[in-house]
Amino acid sequence: MRRAGKVLLAALGFVLLGTGPATGQDSSWTLFPSHGQESATPIIQRGKEVFQNLCSGCHGPVIKNASPGIGATMPGTDALAAKYKGAKPAMLEERTDLTPQFIKIFVRNGVSVMPRFRKTELSDADMEALSAYLTRNNKP
Amino acid sequence: MKIPPGVSAGDFADAIKQFEDAVGKEWVFTSDEDVALYRDAYSPFWGEADELVASAAVAPDTVEQVQKVVRIANHYKIPIYPVSTGKDLGYGGSAPTYSGSVVLDLKRMNRILEVNEQNAYALVEPGVSYFDLYRYIQEKGIKLWVDVPDPGWGSPIGNSLDRGGGYLTALYRNHFDSHCGMEVVLANGELMRTGMGAMPGAQTWQQYKSGFGPWIDGMFSQSNFGVVTKMGFWLLPQPDAYLSGTVMVPKHEDLIPMIDILNWLENTNCTTGMPFLGSPLLSRGGPLSAGGPPPDAELTALLAKPIATTLNELDAYAQKKGVGFFSCTLSFYGAAEANAANWEFAKEKFSAIPGAKFVDGQSYKLPLTDEQKGNVNVPLFGIPSLRMFSIGARSEANPTPGNGHIWFAPIIPRTGEAIFEANRVFTDAAKELNLPVPSFSLPTCYWERGFIYLFGFPITHDIEANKRNRAAFDRLVQIAAQHGWGEYRTAPAHQASVMDTYSFNNHALLHFHETVKDAIDPNGILSAGRYGIWPKHLREAKG
Repeated sequence: MRRAGKVLLAALGFVLLGTGPATGQDSSWTLFPSHGQESATPIIQRGKEVFQNLCSGCHGPVIKNASPGIGATMPGTDALAAKYKGAKPAMLEERTDLTPQFIKIFVRNGVSVMPRFRKTELSDADMEALSAYLTRNNKP
Repeated sequence: MKIPPGVSAGDFADAIKQFEDAVGKEWVFTSDEDVALYRDAYSPFWGEADELVASAAVAPDTVEQVQKVVRIANHYKIPIYPVSTGKDLGYGGSAPTYSGSVVLDLKRMNRILEVNEQNAYALVEPGVSYFDLYRYIQEKGIKLWVDVPDPGWGSPIGNSLDRGGGYLTALYRNHFDSHCGMEVVLANGELMRTGMGAMPGAQTWQQYKSGFGPWIDGMFSQSNFGVVTKMGFWLLPQPDAYLSGTVMVPKHEDLIPMIDILNWLENTNCTTGMPFLGSPLLSRGGPLSAGGPPPDAELTALLAKPIATTLNELDAYAQKKGVGFFSCTLSFYGAAEANAANWEFAKEKFSAIPGAKFVDGQSYKLPLTDEQKGNVNVPLFGIPSLRMFSIGARSEANPTPGNGHIWFAPIIPRTGEAIFEANRVFTDAAKELNLPVPSFSLPTCYWERGFIYLFGFPITHDIEANKRNRAAFDRLVQIAAQHGWGEYRTAPAHQASVMDTYSFNNHALLHFHETVKDAIDPNGILSAGRYGIWPKHLREAKG
């Protein structure tokens, strides 16, 4: 049978029910979670702010011991975990193999459900700062 | 550089120069690389010649700059397409509806002009996102909640003008209904304020909606009659407490009285938050379930058959297993004691359904602690989130993700009978269109007087698959309309076909829109084609 594609059926109605009673209590939820508290140069610090503002909503840390359902997800981190299956860190902030060019390609082109970012949202200068932050731990 | 249709290269070059003078050269984007950033990430025309793309983009920082840009565009008859944050994914994003238009990117206009705690409102510019507004309120310790859509990185202005919704009480979760007052730049560059804002020095622009005389705010939603540069929004004072509770009913036919009781409870303000319908039976073990037990062999066999033929058997199975066939989760925002009393009252009402069972849900004193935020769906507490992107993103359960989605989203009556009828109609339609046949689908309860179904159509980079999906989508629009069900909002690819279904008395409503369009935007420069409204010269060109 020719299939026109998978249809997500009334997904919201089911997903949002998945917010059951609280179970775990040791999650450290913040709106813009970031990883690590390392000291930083101004450009890296700016890059961290950019990451927190634009990226961490999807690429932040997975919430520990959260109740099942949409509230427990971290779409970008979950996606990279599924892609790399442990071969690389699922969290972008833990990667040491990213390059500025690689980062730019994904930010300016998007991938899968992640859209691209325009220059009114993320200027070239902030793009450079973001790259500096995400490559800060790369070995020379 | 792409040239807008109907515009000479010389005129466009002159206009670009004047745009640069108006907003600064760095905020006029004409290179292929920069203009490509305005492509619709979820375009169902991806890679086709018909893909809706911009010719350039202009990003003003002030209302005065918007006026200048609009006047230049009007002089040269250049089509322009305003976007706020451009994050209306699934509804066109930052791409124009009329290909070749210049995008008027309002993201830089990101000022939160006022948040008034005493009277619980905010006044913002188009580039302000829900995250921006939430952050501002948190940083200042203001005890107000913003009703956020999901995901929440769009703008209050853009989302409300597209008539999006959220999760809190009915007054707030209809985002257009919760607005109060707007400022609009018209096609000739004139600046206008609506409601009380039309009075110089008005002190109640964000406190009384309709002002004096005809109330025209609705004309600037899902339309192309002006560029909205400011909007006020009513915000919810932080409630004292939150409580949720779920009722489960044993038989499929119990859905009908369950909905009737729900409506009564909601319309009498007994329950205040957005209700959620579910099926503990049918969602068992599904990819979107809450982690319940997987279906056993008996249920698997039952679900493999058309559900219309097995409803009585499913009733018997549900009864045998003690599983509710359908459920409804209510939420209550208010004083803790009042919430508890209202939930008890709701239980009493639902107990009219034999066999109804109840499960007490989450109960929180507000505001939530950080630990509690990790255990809830935060938009239900006025906190923006991007976690909704997990729908469709790569995951263990979805190793080959698509490239976004658009929603087929008809409004149906808020009755159980309508849910059964919609399932019959859409199951037949799915068979006709070779779409996956749903077992049973439940609508969402964003609007308190009508259900809305949300069927996601995937976007791919496979041109033929996108063509098939577009055809199926348009056919579903027609089938729904034949049953009196209309789309509430749709992607640009389908706006004309949806508008075509609102055809009472030989399209009298569309004719009215066109009359207004021609009167206030005679050169047809603003968002041509948006929501199926085309200016005169393009209607004539289309024949």
